[in-house]
Amino acid sequence: MLTNYIPVLVMILVGVAFGVFSVVVSSNLGPLRRFKVKKEPYECGMKTQGATYVQTPIKYYVVALLFLVFDLECVFMYPWAVHYKKLGLFGFVEMMVFIAILFVCYLYVWKKGALEWE
Amino acid sequence: MDMLEFVVPELDFRAILPQIILAITALTVLLTGVFSREKKGPAIGFLSLAGVALSFSAVVFSGSQTVSSFSGMLTNDSFARFISMIVCVVALLTILISINYRKISPAINSGEYYCLLLFAALGMMFMGSAGNLLMVFVALETMSISIYALAGFQKQREKSIESALKYFLLGAFASGFLLYGFALVYGATGTMDIVKIGRFLNDHPLVVHSPLLLGGVALMTVGFGFKVAMFPFHMWTPDVYEGAPTSVTAFMATGVKAAAFAALIRVFYVALGSLQVDMTQIMWVIALLTMTVGNVVAIAQSNIKRMLAYSSIAHAGYLLVGFVAGGELAISGMLFYLLGYAFMNLGAFGVIALLAKKDGEYTELSDFAGLGFKYPAMGLVMAVFMFSMAGIPPTAGFMGKFYIFTAAINSGFIWLAIFGVINSVISIYYYLRVIVTMYFKEPEQDIVMLTPTGAIILALVIAAAGVLFMGILPSSVLDIARNSTTLIM
Repeated sequence: MLTNYIPVLVMILVGVAFGVFSVVVSSNLGPLRRFKVKKEPYECGMKTQGATYVQTPIKYYVVALLFLVFDLECVFMYPWAVHYKKLGLFGFVEMMVFIAILFVCYLYVWKKGALEWE
Repeated sequence: MDMLEFVVPELDFRAILPQIILAITALTVLLTGVFSREKKGPAIGFLSLAGVALSFSAVVFSGSQTVSSFSGMLTNDSFARFISMIVCVVALLTILISINYRKISPAINSGEYYCLLLFAALGMMFMGSAGNLLMVFVALETMSISIYALAGFQKQREKSIESALKYFLLGAFASGFLLYGFALVYGATGTMDIVKIGRFLNDHPLVVHSPLLLGGVALMTVGFGFKVAMFPFHMWTPDVYEGAPTSVTAFMATGVKAAAFAALIRVFYVALGSLQVDMTQIMWVIALLTMTVGNVVAIAQSNIKRMLAYSSIAHAGYLLVGFVAGGELAISGMLFYLLGYAFMNLGAFGVIALLAKKDGEYTELSDFAGLGFKYPAMGLVMAVFMFSMAGIPPTAGFMGKFYIFTAAINSGFIWLAIFGVINSVISIYYYLRVIVTMYFKEPEQDIVMLTPTGAIILALVIAAAGVLFMGILPSSVLDIARNSTTLIM
């Protein structure tokens, strides 16, 4: 039974070996030039400015949370959509119940003022 | 693609009618809370009350058949129905207490509070009827997450926040243990279905003592032990019970315990019945320690909420005695005890909630001094609840202990029963101290003015009537409990 896992073991070994190999090779072969930009967290991309301790409005938190909830709703819909024809009326009703429950939450969030920025 | 073939499970919506009613009520209450202009009235409370009452009647009139629905995810047997009834009683009394408690803590009178309360009750019901380890976990989380939020509902009170945070962090940790335990049991047996695990272990005796299964069982014991406040995992209880709003504490102490014991009984008797001999040897010691630690530490408490928290640990110990004893008599005794405990504990917390004021909660023992003569009716019901907890006849607490200890003696655990009785004697000291303080101590400061409303009076009357009825005419309830011991095997 354990022999089934040999491919997994091989995969792990190859993965580790590849990681070690590339780090060792690049650190030995690559030219080492130290200057200021090299030490920055994001070498390429936008220039960093200011300190990292910037205050972020707490509202972002609520928005992120709501996004997550309604985004996950879509995740549940994908498999449902794939099997939509097979599930027939039953599947349709079930999904409508699910959406109805989420709609109640949406109404709640709306009425509570979580969607207003000010 | 063959493996991804989707099979529509057999559905029996009548089997979950009580739960559907609770869910619809919870959503309705949530919307009513935000849409209604009237923020101070008890309308939301009464709406949830109606929902729970409807759900209760759905449980009662759902017949007595034993069905397994949703591909074995749910098992609607008489055991599950009894647990559902306990949960409904707990939710009913908690809502009645909350309707009065809203005057002290206006935050409680919101749609969110009752919505979470109802969803927690929903989770408890599903825990009683879960037929699959995954379902146990989902139900447990539905219940727990709602209660974490409920414990921190008094946002202005530091203790309430502390209570919620402690309960959440430790509870999440315990859930992790439980889930990991489930995973190991699944690894050992190849199924999550509680009945199928039981059959698999019957057919494969070699697996029973495999390290994989034993490790899983140990982790599961930790997870369940946390929820029922079993001895080494009881540390959170006093802080959480003290800090949470009193109405929530009442709900936690009774509902969570009933639901967690239901899941514990079903998982350990049905799925892990083959391990019972080994389990009793461990649980014997744990039951003894849980009783003793709870009772001995409760003596030292001056805060009545903390005292009741330790007393709830001790009661978990008595219930574990029943768990160790096993068999039909023990299960019926435990069910009887859980219902009786729900009545007496909700009653006691109801009295504490009645004492609370806007400027703080009067939960020190000295606050009770002189109350007995000033408010004779309240003193009388509090005395009934304390007598019942101590196990003095004619109350539910006495009969419950009688049945559990009888079951222990019948199963040959005579010493455990003796220790149980000794513990009951110890507990009389601190329960009677409350009564002594109420009637014989001179008040040091002004006696708290009580402003009871109809709702809390009704709650206390129901609780006291329940305690006395189960103590004087126990056979009627015990008969129902006896008929509720058939678990789907």
